[in-house]
Amino acid sequence: MSEGLKSALVHGGLLVVLFGLQFVLPAYHHGNLARIMVLASYAIGFNVLFGYTGLLSLGHALFFAAGMYGMGLSVEHLGAAPAPALLAGVVAGLLVSGVIGVLALRTSGVAFMIVTLMFAQAGYLTVLYAGAYTRGDEGFVVQQAQRVMMGVDLSDPSHRYFAGFTLFAICLIATLWLVRSPFGKVLIAIRENEDRATMLGYDVFARKLAAVMISGTISAMAGAVYGLLFGYVGASFASVQYSIFPLLWVLLGGAGTIVGPFIGTLFMFYLIDLSSQVTTAYMLIAGIVLVALTLFAPQGLAGMLRKRIWRGLP
Amino acid sequence: MTTGIVKQSGTTRRGAIKTLAAGAAVGSLPLWARYTQAQTSEPIRIGFQVHRTGIGAAYGRWYDRTTTAAVQRINDAGGINGRMVEVIAEDDGTDPKRGAEVVEKFASQHNCDIGFGTLFSHVVIGSAPRAGELKLPYFVVSEGHHVASGMLNRYTLQPGITDVKSQVQAMAPFIAGNLGKKVTMIYPDYGFGYDHRDNLKPAIEAQGGEVVGMIAIPPSETSFTKYFPKIPRETEVVYHVMVGPAVLTFVKELGEFFGPSRPEIFGFIDSLEAVDMASPGLEFLEGTYFWEGMPRYAQPDQTGHDKLYRAAVGVDDNGASVSDPKDVSTYAHMFGCWETLYVIKAGMETAGYQGPADRAKLIEAVEAMRHMPLSDEHPQGAKLFNGKTHQVFGPQYISKVTDGKLLVVHTTSIEDTMYPDEVDYTSQAF
Amino acid sequence: MEIGPYLMLASLEGAVTAAVLALTAVGLSLVFGVMRVVNVAHGEFFMLGAVLAWWVTSLIGGHPALGFAVALLSVPVLVGLLAAAADMTVLKRVSHDPERTIVATIGILYILQQVTLMTYGPDARPVVPPFNARLALPWVEFVGGRPQLYWPWGLSTTSYKLAVIGAATLVLIGVWLGMTRTRAGLLMRATQMDRDMALAFGIPVERVYALVFGLGAGLAAMAAVLIVPIQQAHYLMGGDPLLLSFIVVIIGGLGSLPGTVVAAILIGLSDGIISVFFSPTLAKILATLLVALVLVFRPQGLFGERRT
Repeated sequence: MSEGLKSALVHGGLLVVLFGLQFVLPAYHHGNLARIMVLASYAIGFNVLFGYTGLLSLGHALFFAAGMYGMGLSVEHLGAAPAPALLAGVVAGLLVSGVIGVLALRTSGVAFMIVTLMFAQAGYLTVLYAGAYTRGDEGFVVQQAQRVMMGVDLSDPSHRYFAGFTLFAICLIATLWLVRSPFGKVLIAIRENEDRATMLGYDVFARKLAAVMISGTISAMAGAVYGLLFGYVGASFASVQYSIFPLLWVLLGGAGTIVGPFIGTLFMFYLIDLSSQVTTAYMLIAGIVLVALTLFAPQGLAGMLRKRIWRGLP
Repeated sequence: MTTGIVKQSGTTRRGAIKTLAAGAAVGSLPLWARYTQAQTSEPIRIGFQVHRTGIGAAYGRWYDRTTTAAVQRINDAGGINGRMVEVIAEDDGTDPKRGAEVVEKFASQHNCDIGFGTLFSHVVIGSAPRAGELKLPYFVVSEGHHVASGMLNRYTLQPGITDVKSQVQAMAPFIAGNLGKKVTMIYPDYGFGYDHRDNLKPAIEAQGGEVVGMIAIPPSETSFTKYFPKIPRETEVVYHVMVGPAVLTFVKELGEFFGPSRPEIFGFIDSLEAVDMASPGLEFLEGTYFWEGMPRYAQPDQTGHDKLYRAAVGVDDNGASVSDPKDVSTYAHMFGCWETLYVIKAGMETAGYQGPADRAKLIEAVEAMRHMPLSDEHPQGAKLFNGKTHQVFGPQYISKVTDGKLLVVHTTSIEDTMYPDEVDYTSQAF
Repeated sequence: MEIGPYLMLASLEGAVTAAVLALTAVGLSLVFGVMRVVNVAHGEFFMLGAVLAWWVTSLIGGHPALGFAVALLSVPVLVGLLAAAADMTVLKRVSHDPERTIVATIGILYILQQVTLMTYGPDARPVVPPFNARLALPWVEFVGGRPQLYWPWGLSTTSYKLAVIGAATLVLIGVWLGMTRTRAGLLMRATQMDRDMALAFGIPVERVYALVFGLGAGLAAMAAVLIVPIQQAHYLMGGDPLLLSFIVVIIGGLGSLPGTVVAAILIGLSDGIISVFFSPTLAKILATLLVALVLVFRPQGLFGERRT
């Protein structure tokens, strides 16, 4: 079997399973999976930068929030319909990631992490500061009537599932195509050895900037869809914690793999959901998982799969 | 997580109900027992969204205790419609995203009949859309103005606690009339604080007073002295309200700032909720005034209802836990859980509530409520419910710190707290 | 309040912030300087210091000063030992790789925070200061062209706040002497300059790392013990000190101790004084952006020397 066929089977298979699951899952897990697919799209966005380009950002909540507020504010204050509002969210993500990329890419390594962290923190505080428009910490509701997109009521569970699935499928297929394209190959080359990529004559800065913008825009798209599907826009989504989450999911699932972000998000969601029934300190589990991962499985779950079973897993 | 105590007592009570139900065929029985005939002995499940962690934790713990006590009392008296009440408590981490997930969990996984008990505004606002979509009646105990402002939906109600708008508005006549006309307000820089900011100014101006200073403090702030010089010199009354883990620092530093020559001080008890009035550094509060939702200290004219409620929850005459005098309750807010549960009970009984299919009937039954007299079920005071805005109105208490205790000096009337409707939820479809 | 006394009060408050911040940030800077890793769990060691101080003082009865003195001596040591243990069990095993260390310390952050939540609970608890007298301060005004002392409303500080500033200064001098005059300090500086060379000269680098990591956490804990009678111990209190320490360490030049102290004083004072003129949230936005831009355009910090 050729590598391409195998890859199509694995990823296509995942999508077919996810599509089919909506008909059999009980209501609670049906709702959870819709949520997980949106969050996994956020993780996919993060992974483009972290997993494939080798740049660790600690400020992705800024992009997620840019999408969410770009969408939410245009609905709330401009009375936009969902489709243009989504577009506004995506454009907001594109612009913000462009600006942040130009600035932050002047640094590298630890400094890059801290610069992105600081920009995200400034973004979070700006949401609070602009409380007159954003209603700050408290956030605001996107009413059910404002969430009917081209006649489809997105608050309906099956529509919501389908919307989450569509977003996830688009992100999955797009990144799959991306990493196999010549452009994606250069990103991987930069991750492996930036100096060599420079010496081979690639404009490394331009490609890294493109990676930041692709990553940021996917994250923003996930944020906009999240706000639209679940009807709430609030500052907590811009906080540091939401920058840490995608890192956690991607590390757990496997950085630099296409299915890793989904596996990690799924695993972590249920880990927290189940452990919250045992202890109020459920973030403890997240901490232990993080430490254990760095110690024992830095490649994550899909990374282990790649190591043990199929070396060609994209 | 299921609250163990409630569940256990539920099991034994359920046995008793079955016995009684069997006898119903022969004798005349009270109303509730007749319902059991037609019903399975499945308990009524109340999903309790509780702030066990995060900044709301001090409130959450006492909301939990009050809820447990109220449910215990309801079950001891035979439950609702002859069915026991079971509380399914889930921590929301005082986080809106987790809050929404918890509501989904109640509706879809735990098969709860209703959701209940949320306090912090951002969690309510984050969760209410999901409750509306899942058609889960969602009874919040939040005192935010978000319900009556029309921001939420037909499934979200606040029948057990008054909102900040009416609390603030009812304070203005007392402040302007007794303490001074020039007011400076200090409030947290987020939603809850804005409810104070937006409502106090017009209310004070309506009394011929003036708000001369407005000082917003970020909710994460831990040191406060640097803000106090912004208090204008001409200030006659400092109006303060603060929430979060740093409230004690806030009040202490306020005292250190003024030293012996302070203006009149009027605070919302939120600034000292769950804090011991005898904490070192709070001596300066002697002679200052506080809004209280319900008097923390047992008053000389304590009603029998307050006595019963206090004992049931396990609170002593100083407002602290009977088992630990240092563990001070959130007395001014937590009664809302007790009263809301009794509203739920009354609503379910009027609606003849059988199961999730009757959820709309339950909402309509609650919307039809009007007067709630002072009673064991409403120990905080007589209330008036507005079915259109889904918001309850009731008396407010103003207490003066006297010998280190809070002594009620004024009780507002319900009329003082009323304002024109801003929404009619009954016009929304189910 | 008039602008003069206001600025004086803001400076006094800022000085307390600066003192505590300098201790915390020097701890972070030391770890970064010697080990070349960023300890994201630094704020949680600060939090542990406060929580343990509450625990120690509530165990010891009698005069508040007694319990406080015991806490001041024992808590930093306890926290330092814990941190050293974390270094030897976790960070050593990822070979102090900068990026993996960040992820691991994020994990440690959650573990410490949540274990505190499970044991100590979600409440904010006060520690009684050993002494606390309100000191009203005078100000000069000109009446008819002649200077005259008066006591403005609210211009005051407390004896304990002044003591915090003094204590922090003493500890910082101690750290400086330790780094420059002792053998342990020499080993640390040698490791900082060239890890491989230090190894070649037989310096037990791994042990130096554990020592530095413990010392850094101990300094954060010391700062927390000093501040906890003014604030309260709470399991989420580690976030702000972490962020502020980051800012200070970056402005001061990564790994430079004198730069860190200067930056802490600058940031601490400006935190107090900026809030005179700007809304506090706006002030924080500006400060955060400033730090990001300093890192972008002047990565060696405002005071640091450019490293090759």
